[in-house]
Amino acid sequence: MWFWGVRAAVGWLALIAVQVAWLFIDDGDRGPHVWALAVTVVLAVSHVTVMPWWRYRVHRWETTADAVYTQSGWLRQEWRIAPISRIQTVDSERGPLEQLFGLANVTVTTASAAGPLRVHGLDRSTAQRLVDELTESTQATTGDAT
Amino acid sequence: MSTARDVPETTGITEPPRATGLTEPPRSAGVTEPPDTPGDPAPAGGVATAGDRARPGDAVRWRRLSRRMLVIHPIQEVVRSAPALIGLLFAGSSQGGHGHIWSLVGLAVMLVVGTLRWFTTTYRVTPQYVQVRKGLIRRRVLTVPRDRIRTVDVTSHVMHRLLGLARVEVGTGRSDKKDGGALKLDALYAPEVDRLREELLHRRPAAATAPSPRRDAAAEPTTPRPTDQPDPLPVPGNEPGTEIELAALRPAWIRYGPFTMSGLVTAGVLAGFVSRIASEGNVDLLRIAPVRQVVDRVGHEALWLQVAGAVAALAVFVAVASTFGYVLAFWRFRLTRTSGGTLHVTRGLITTRATTLEERRLRGIEVSEPLLLRASGGARLIAVATGLRVGHGAQRGGSMLLPPAPREEAVTVATRVLGTSGPVTAELVPHGRAALRRRFTRALAVCGAVTAVLLGLWRWAGLPAWTWQAALLVTVAALPVAADRYRSLGHTIVAGHLVTRWGTLVRRRVALDREGIIGWNIRRSFFQRRAGLATLTATTAAGRQGYSVWDVDLGEALHIADRAIPGLLAPFLLRAGQPSDGMDPDPGTDPIVTSPGA
Repeated sequence: MWFWGVRAAVGWLALIAVQVAWLFIDDGDRGPHVWALAVTVVLAVSHVTVMPWWRYRVHRWETTADAVYTQSGWLRQEWRIAPISRIQTVDSERGPLEQLFGLANVTVTTASAAGPLRVHGLDRSTAQRLVDELTESTQATTGDAT
Repeated sequence: MSTARDVPETTGITEPPRATGLTEPPRSAGVTEPPDTPGDPAPAGGVATAGDRARPGDAVRWRRLSRRMLVIHPIQEVVRSAPALIGLLFAGSSQGGHGHIWSLVGLAVMLVVGTLRWFTTTYRVTPQYVQVRKGLIRRRVLTVPRDRIRTVDVTSHVMHRLLGLARVEVGTGRSDKKDGGALKLDALYAPEVDRLREELLHRRPAAATAPSPRRDAAAEPTTPRPTDQPDPLPVPGNEPGTEIELAALRPAWIRYGPFTMSGLVTAGVLAGFVSRIASEGNVDLLRIAPVRQVVDRVGHEALWLQVAGAVAALAVFVAVASTFGYVLAFWRFRLTRTSGGTLHVTRGLITTRATTLEERRLRGIEVSEPLLLRASGGARLIAVATGLRVGHGAQRGGSMLLPPAPREEAVTVATRVLGTSGPVTAELVPHGRAALRRRFTRALAVCGAVTAVLLGLWRWAGLPAWTWQAALLVTVAALPVAADRYRSLGHTIVAGHLVTRWGTLVRRRVALDREGIIGWNIRRSFFQRRAGLATLTATTAAGRQGYSVWDVDLGEALHIADRAIPGLLAPFLLRAGQPSDGMDPDPGTDPIVTSPGA
């Protein structure tokens, strides 16, 4: 949750920094700039405070013997289900921010380009366990999964 | 999943023993070799049997492309580099230099490069793989396992046809759009192409892991029967060549040509070409006499007449060009089913094109009706199959099963292809009042917001008044569109197919085989949640990769998903609970239930 907050904050801070820089460089009429900056700050604060809570409440994932299920998003929510028998690859990845927080993402892809399932922000050991489990159960099934 | 691999030649997994004895005739080799083509060197295939035993396939001789390509390749290269060569000529001459000499040098280089392509490209078909070796400086070996071959696409352009050649493209089921998924052979003799296609699609090895080259060799390829007499019944078994005609172009269908709008692209390309020539060559179009006369005469008319005239001229041009395009692309269109379990499409007036598609890769069918075509009672059919690209224009992607034709014909053909009429004729379940409301609110909200912004800009920022007036017109026009969009929405499950329909500019009705569905996405935006709606997407490896049932009631969405693939959703559904949060994970039965986050 903090991770999402920080990630959003970093993005917003970059935008605000650009606007501040512009404010100082541009010598002309500063009124619109100040207004835009104020709007940005308000949006940023509300986004950074609301979004992580919301996401945290929405995000869920689950695996059974037959299927993987994820639930993600906040304003636009998405539930995804894929049968284990149709799984093509299981990846786990960690970006720099994730490493800072000791987290990992797991991506489960199927033969369809439309439906990769992503589990965001698992702690590292859980992610490893999930990857191992899925790899094992995927190996047990046969067929070319299309 | 990677089916086509680039193997550097040093590690080429099936590098042939090239220098070994080339004396044996090919009879003893593992695979039936088509008889040598007239232009090829003497039959020098078939390598030592020791290699045959070690790895079936190593023994197969590398074949070359048709020798006649020595003529075509250089011409192709020159045509491809013509803009550069012409540029070189102009650039050189304008500075008083030796432009013509340099362009001649460039021409010579291109001719040599084109010729070399024939010498550097070889291919072979082993019991397990199809391989192509190519490249002069960067040698590459493309290997496609034969059990992954899904389509064989044969094209021949004008020059190819004059010389009796055809280009072969072997399609694998690569879903990603990266280049290199397909294996191309440009080009072979037409009879050899037919043989190759039969071999690749109808006589596949029994199992890729345990090939039996002896048996392959024993079964000589049967010569295809005359295709003019369609057999009443598919002959069971492995005999290739028996074909049943599912559809053939009737000249009356050309009346749908003007409604395909493909001519719009032609018009755009032509306009771009003319403007580019004019600007690069510093040609003032007004100085050309006929153009000036027309412009002068039209210039005196009223503005609305000018606009109307331009629109009418464009419409006529597009209609004519579309009709020409239709005839060019679909002349002698035939859709046949061969007894080997493939669908075969041939078409084309000047450039002929033949696509062969394995029926077991077919996951469904799409009836698509672009607006104008729908208004004139026409429809076209597109195959939903793994390994066939869509989105590059269905005509080019080769997935067209029926060109624009009368709707009843499309339904008949779809019925024949699917073997059941339900998916294309069954009544669809409408999506209810909430979906209807959503269509209207979306249309009005977007257009209304744009109108309001433009109105504000006109009032305070001096934007011309016609902008918001035009936006208002669009808003009004959006209402019937919204109503039509709602009318298009529908879904059902019938005869083992999930059927969904949507769209107004292009109304598509997709019947997707339940077997082809490999997952579900249920998407709900903020406003959809408030309206109790959801968009259910069935993901698949075929066609567009995902087909959506738009704006359906959430409970209904879950119901569809559960009916289409029974059991998959069951662990996540709370049947007794409220449908709106029925998919909350049930902690009691699951091996893992964890919440994300730190």
